[in-house]
This record gives sequence, structure tokens and C-alpha cells, in this order.
Amino acid sequence: MTDQPTGVQKLNIIKAINAGLRRSMEHDAKVLVMGEDVGKLGGVFRVTDGLQKDFGEDRVIDTPLAESGIIGTAVGLALRGYRPVCEIQFDGFVYPGYDQIVNQVAKMHFRSGGRLRLPMVIRIPYGGSIGAVEHHSESPEAYFAHTPGLKVVTCSNPLDAYWMIQQAIRLDDPVVFFEPKRRYYEKAEVDMDARDGILPLESARVALPGTDATVAAYGPMVKTCLDAAAAAADDGRSLEVIDLRTLSPLDLRAVYDSVRRTGRLVVVHEAQRTLGVGAEVAARVTEECFYSLEAPVQRVTGYDTPYPPARVEEEYLPDLDRVLDAVDRTFAF
Amino acid sequence: MTVETAAGATPPEPELVQLLTPEGLRVPNEHYDALIADITGDDVRAMYRDLVLGRRVDGEAVALQRQGELGLWASLLGQEAAQVGSARALRAQDHVFPTYREHAVAFCRGVDPVKLLALFRGVDQGSWDAAETNFHLYTIVIGAQTLHATGYAMGIQRDGAIGTGDPDRDAAVIAYFGDGATSQGDVNEAFIWASVTNAPVVFFCQNNQWAISEPLERQTRVPLYRRAAGFGFPGVRVDGNDVLACLAVTREALQRARDGEGPTLVEAFTYRMGAHTTTDDPTRYRLNAELEHWKLKDPIERVKAFMVRGDLADQAFFDGVEAEAEELAVHLRAACRALPDPTPTSIFDHVYVEPTPDLVAQRESMTTYLDSFAEEVAR
Repeated sequence: MTDQPTGVQKLNIIKAINAGLRRSMEHDAKVLVMGEDVGKLGGVFRVTDGLQKDFGEDRVIDTPLAESGIIGTAVGLALRGYRPVCEIQFDGFVYPGYDQIVNQVAKMHFRSGGRLRLPMVIRIPYGGSIGAVEHHSESPEAYFAHTPGLKVVTCSNPLDAYWMIQQAIRLDDPVVFFEPKRRYYEKAEVDMDARDGILPLESARVALPGTDATVAAYGPMVKTCLDAAAAAADDGRSLEVIDLRTLSPLDLRAVYDSVRRTGRLVVVHEAQRTLGVGAEVAARVTEECFYSLEAPVQRVTGYDTPYPPARVEEEYLPDLDRVLDAVDRTFAF
Repeated sequence: MTVETAAGATPPEPELVQLLTPEGLRVPNEHYDALIADITGDDVRAMYRDLVLGRRVDGEAVALQRQGELGLWASLLGQEAAQVGSARALRAQDHVFPTYREHAVAFCRGVDPVKLLALFRGVDQGSWDAAETNFHLYTIVIGAQTLHATGYAMGIQRDGAIGTGDPDRDAAVIAYFGDGATSQGDVNEAFIWASVTNAPVVFFCQNNQWAISEPLERQTRVPLYRRAAGFGFPGVRVDGNDVLACLAVTREALQRARDGEGPTLVEAFTYRMGAHTTTDDPTRYRLNAELEHWKLKDPIERVKAFMVRGDLADQAFFDGVEAEAEELAVHLRAACRALPDPTPTSIFDHVYVEPTPDLVAQRESMTTYLDSFAEEVAR
């Protein structure tokens, strides 16, 4: 039906997710894509580009402009045996659908005593540094990771993007799938065929091995941390960078292993600091690795303010220098 | 069936479909009579039985709540005809998305009333199997289920299960909600979705006049059924205390849906005789005179009067239904008290299809903690 790329391709995250969606739709006729502007326009970021042309309007559904309706009708479609993949256009627009996600999507399996399943994916482009107006740069992942019944994952690179979206669609639990929009256009090699060696959806990954301190991040901050590690290497310090990939359930095995070797941990995310994912990582590492720690776990995050105007967002967002400062702090003890 | 017309009776309210007056007189209606032309005396007797047993389930549940056996109950008293009439318009393959007050609909769909009690007792959150009865879980968040119903109807549409002309295949969905829900965004979004996708869904609003203490005037300035016009599909107001009219109107709406003609809004104009739930005190916000006025429109009494006038049933029949209701009540009381509490660790069972490592660890932790008490007792 479509020209599915094979072999190793150099793709950006947008093209990688598009290819993943395409492959899922070809593999399973029950997979639907739905959201605002996902059809002819291909989504405002073109993630769904060409899908409606190839799969038709019944499978790539341009919806009315209402997020609760997108999620709520997807619940009904999932109950009927479909696998809807909903697109929320921007992070800050998910809140009108929040009630459906946390009260209905997350709880249906539990409420029904396991009789009902909601195999649906909610895709949300998230995060800042794109110079946007308000509500277009937020990191709401902690709200969803705090909700039992949802799986919450985020990709940081094209290879993960391609495979994780397919894994999320195949999962019988509902998945909130965060896409790092500032990394959308960064290209990397994607092996389109090799299923072997692909990590399970719910597992963290060592993005860069190192020996002196551990830096844990996810989504858009993984590249920032890799850049920080490269800079640290120039100064003779070896950082291990871990891409968490899954926020619910949190997979901290790789972090524990790493911290037991390095004795130091810095957690990095764009979202506000207080009660964020970093707080949970810090608490769990303290519980599990207390005697291995040489210093308190450090957090590098957004500040506890609403997301600021674009002209000051680079000051708000964690960058390479703030990560390195935090690493330095862990060596100061 | 015998028909006695209501010559000289009070004319029904404008735009209100009514086939039975409160006195039980049959109101002829050229359009809707045809929709129930097949209804036999047996059918009327069966609906009477549903009404009485539905009311008895409700009454027993209220009593069980007062005795501390249920945490809460949302009474349907007064709304039996809206529920039975609409439910008896459904075919086996149709799907129901209820709110939390549709006990008589559940009864008509074959859901064991004990399972309804279990939910309100706090044993579970809905243990009936939607796949068996096509009666989905109760939804507490107001109006959320109207979107689920619409999405489900979109699925039926995609499955090609409408407009085939096969009466055993073509399916529709019915979403129940109250007058208060019409103020919710989700209900309005569901109307939009259903309209623009032409989804096979019937929106069945039981306008019982009160959203807890908020009267209808707090929800709308126009009759609710007229809202449908603004969304681009038909709306109809039916006497919600008239089981025959509810049957006729819902049959037509469901058939439109099954034929691929899209959604309909049915506003069943009725009245909540009891409290919103057992925690509510309606004497704080409404006049007794209003209640007395609606007592005269009782949905069961008018069918009974109609049956007596038309010689559709004798005293032995009514006594038989009463005895059956009593038997059901005895069963419900015993079955409710016998419902076992879930084991504490069962809370971890169905959070996800497969338990996550964290949940496995938390379950073990709870087990160890609870077992420590047993050891103390043993010592």
C-alpha cells in the first residue's frame, strides 16, 4: 500500500514517527490516527504527513477541535476493538482532555476488574526552546506519570522514536507518548528492520557509558546531557548519561547500577522542579543506593514558574553549563 | 391491544410526545402509534413487570443504604418509564453507555442487580461484563460516557454494522445522561462529533429537573431537546413517565441510527422523586407541592390504569408481579450482605494488563505488612 522504508535510513524524529505509524497501520487494520489537522495537513509538525492519502479518511481522522472529544471518542473506539493513536497538537493543549485521560483512560481496565482494555496512544509534542508563544512549550509529563493506569514514555532520538511508537501502539495498556519537539528535526540513523536489539518500551538505556558521575535525563534533555558529557570529557571527567525513556513505570535499574559505580547522580529535565520526575528519581536512588552515594542527588530543571516568554526561555531551560555546574556540585562534597 | 382514547383529558404539554395520560388513557398519535403497533398485551405486561421490579431493586437499595450495607445509592424513583421504555427499544446488538442511575436499564439488559449493589457497597467498581450484555460500566463523571458512546458508535460505523438492512446486524449505541450533564463540555463535544461523523448514537437525556440542588433553569434557557437543532440532528421531547411513548420515540431514534441516518437527542421529560443520592436532602431545595404534583404522573400507576381499563391484566397478574418483587427483594437483601469484601492485595490486580515491577514490589510489601499482624496474633 505504501513505500515502507527498509534498511538503515537517516531520518529525523518526525519522519521516524511517521514511518512507525505507517508500519503500525499496515500491520494492523485496527490502528487509527486521529486528531486536529492530522489528515490533509499532516499535522502541524507533519508527523502524520501522507497517512490520510494512503490509509483514507476513516483511518486518519481529522477531528473537531476539542481535546476531550478526541480522547473520549478514542475511548469508545478502543472499547470497540480499535487502536486509536490520538495526536494532541501541543503540550499545553492537553488539559481539556485531562479529565478523560486521568479519570477514564487510566482507570477503565482497573474499574472493569480487568475485563476491558484500552489499547490507545496519546501523542503529545512537548517541551520548549522553539520560540513559541505560551502554552506551546510545556512539560506536563509528571501529571500523567503520577496517574496509575497510564504508561508514560518519551523518546529522545529517531531510532527510539521509530520503534517506541510501534511498541506503544501494540501495548494493550494506554500510553501517553511524549515527543521532544525541539529535537524533531535532528537526524540519525534508524535501522528499520532489526527488531533484535531494540529495547523493550519500558526500559531505560545507557546513552553514554562513563565512570565519574551519572546524569539521568529523558526526551529533549538527553542531547543536552550528551553535549555536557562531551564538554566534561574535554576536562577529563567521564559522565555516564542515562536516557530514562519510560517515566511510568520508571525503570531505574540502569540508574542504580550506574550510581553504585559512580557514586554521583544529576537528574535533568525541562519540567518544573517541585514534585517532578527528578524528585522521584532522587528519592528512589536515595532509598536504594544510599551507601553508594558520595554526594546528594542534584537536580537541574526548569524553575517553579509558568513557562516563561520565549525571549527568556533559554535562561529557564537547563543547558550544558547548568548540567556541568550540578556535576561540579556533586564533586564538592 | 385495547385502546381507550383520552377524550376530554388535559392536553399534553406542547411538543411532548405522550401516548398514555397520567390517568392511563391512550392518546392516539398517528406517527408514533405505528412504531408500537406490534406491541401485544404480553409486551405491556412484561414492561409493567420491568417497571415494578426496577422500582423494587431501587427501593431495596435505598433501604440497604439506610441500614449501612451500601455506601451510597442513586435512586431512579420516578424515572422507571424513561428507562424501561428506552431499554425495551434496544436490540441485542445495541450498546448502552449509562450514567450511574440506570438501574432499570441494567435490569432490562440482564445485568444482575447484585452487581449494581456491589459497586455501591464498595466491593468493586463494576463487575458486570459489558461484552455479555452490551451494557457498559456506570460512569460517575458527568457526561464523560457520551463521548465513549459516540466513539463506540464510530467504531460500529467503521465495522459496517449500520445501514445493511439486516435487523440482526445493524447496531446503534444509546448514551444516557441527565439534564445537568447537558451543561458539560463533553456532552456538547459528543453532540458535535456525532453530528459531523453521522455516528449511530442516540443521546437519551432523562431530564429529571434537578442536578442535585440545581434546577433546570440553571442548566438551560431553552428546552433541552431543541439544542439538537443547533448541532444539526433531530431532537424530540417525550413524556418520560409514559413507558409507551418512551418506547416509541426511542425505537424510532435507534432505527434511524441503525439505518445510518445519524444521531438523535431524546429528552425524556420526567422527575426525580427521591434525592439525588442517599447523601442528599431534597427538602432543602424543593417544595413538597412539586413532589405531590409529580406523584400524580407516576409511571407505574398510569400503565396499571391503562391495563385495567383495557382489560390487559387481572388482579392475579398484579399480585403475581408483586410477589415476584418481594422475592427479588429478599434475594437482594441476602445477596448484598453475602458479598465478600475483596482481598486487600487485589487492588494491585488490574492497574495494568501486566503488573509493573513497582506494583509487584508494593504488593509484596503490603502482603508482608499484613502477614506481620497474623504472626503477632499467632504468637
